[in-house]
Amino acid sequence: MSQSQTAQAQHLPVATRQVGRLAQSLMAMTLGLFIVGVVGFSHIDVIHNAAHDVRHSNAFPCH
Amino acid sequence: MCATPTHSPATNLVGMNTFRSIVFSSVIAGFIVGLIVTAVQQFGTVPLILRAEVYEKAAEHKHEASAQPQAILVHDHADHDHGAEAWEPKDGLERNLYTAGANILTAIGFALLLCGFLAVRSGATGEPISWHEGLMWGLAGFAVFTIAPGLGLPPELPGVPTAPLLSRQIWWTIAVLATAAGLGLIVFRRSAPAAIAGVVLIMLPHLIGAPELEHVETNVPSSLSHQFVVAVTLTSLVFWSLLGSLTSAAFAYFDRPASA
Repeated sequence: MSQSQTAQAQHLPVATRQVGRLAQSLMAMTLGLFIVGVVGFSHIDVIHNAAHDVRHSNAFPCH
Repeated sequence: MCATPTHSPATNLVGMNTFRSIVFSSVIAGFIVGLIVTAVQQFGTVPLILRAEVYEKAAEHKHEASAQPQAILVHDHADHDHGAEAWEPKDGLERNLYTAGANILTAIGFALLLCGFLAVRSGATGEPISWHEGLMWGLAGFAVFTIAPGLGLPPELPGVPTAPLLSRQIWWTIAVLATAAGLGLIVFRRSAPAAIAGVVLIMLPHLIGAPELEHVETNVPSSLSHQFVVAVTLTSLVFWSLLGSLTSAAFAYFDRPASA
């Protein structure tokens, strides 16, 4: 590894950590939206009936 | 902001510390908030839903007795959730258990979304998010997910006819996105043009207008519907206040080793 590569490697972590944090946050947010979407917005009757009172109580469009 | 000696860049990238902290915080906060909100709903929204269903069922029997084609025209959801004979939980304990489960899942879902923002924010500022700042984020969630869509599509009781489901879901989503983007412009871009654009963006879905039926006929008394709007809005305020503060407090705890 040359001198410049070592210097570069030492500077990289800050950037990769930030990108990593953003990517991981986006993954968590996507998972959250997916869960809310299934519970609150799925058109499947069984899911609708199970979560019926919650959909009404959260003012999600229902029926 | 530099990598600490205990955390090499590889473990930070592969170890998914942030994701794990977000998930832990969201599951704990979502579980607590989901249970509390289930209890609150038993006094607020659920009794009103049950009272409205008495009117809904009475209206369905009337429709069944009258000409069928007309009933489908007027009451287009009748075959969607009742005629299809789909499974539904039994009234009482079973129904309330499913409600509790759905509340917990919804709270975990929204907590994951909220906590994602908190993680990006604390990553950018380099400081942990206090419970009070989390409360502010929670109130933003209240504005985005309850107040904004609720202006055009007020919380509806069962038995009140509404515009087709998909059109309302689309408008709801647009209202949520526009309000979130508008608030973001106002809060994070501290300039007059951005603030004006933000306000316009928040108003836009309401100027377009939410989908509604031209003619609504229902047996559900309007006083009951009004009580329901108040109950839903207050319950949601409790939900988002708790979710914001608890999620941020939990995240500040779990995220500590990684950001130290």
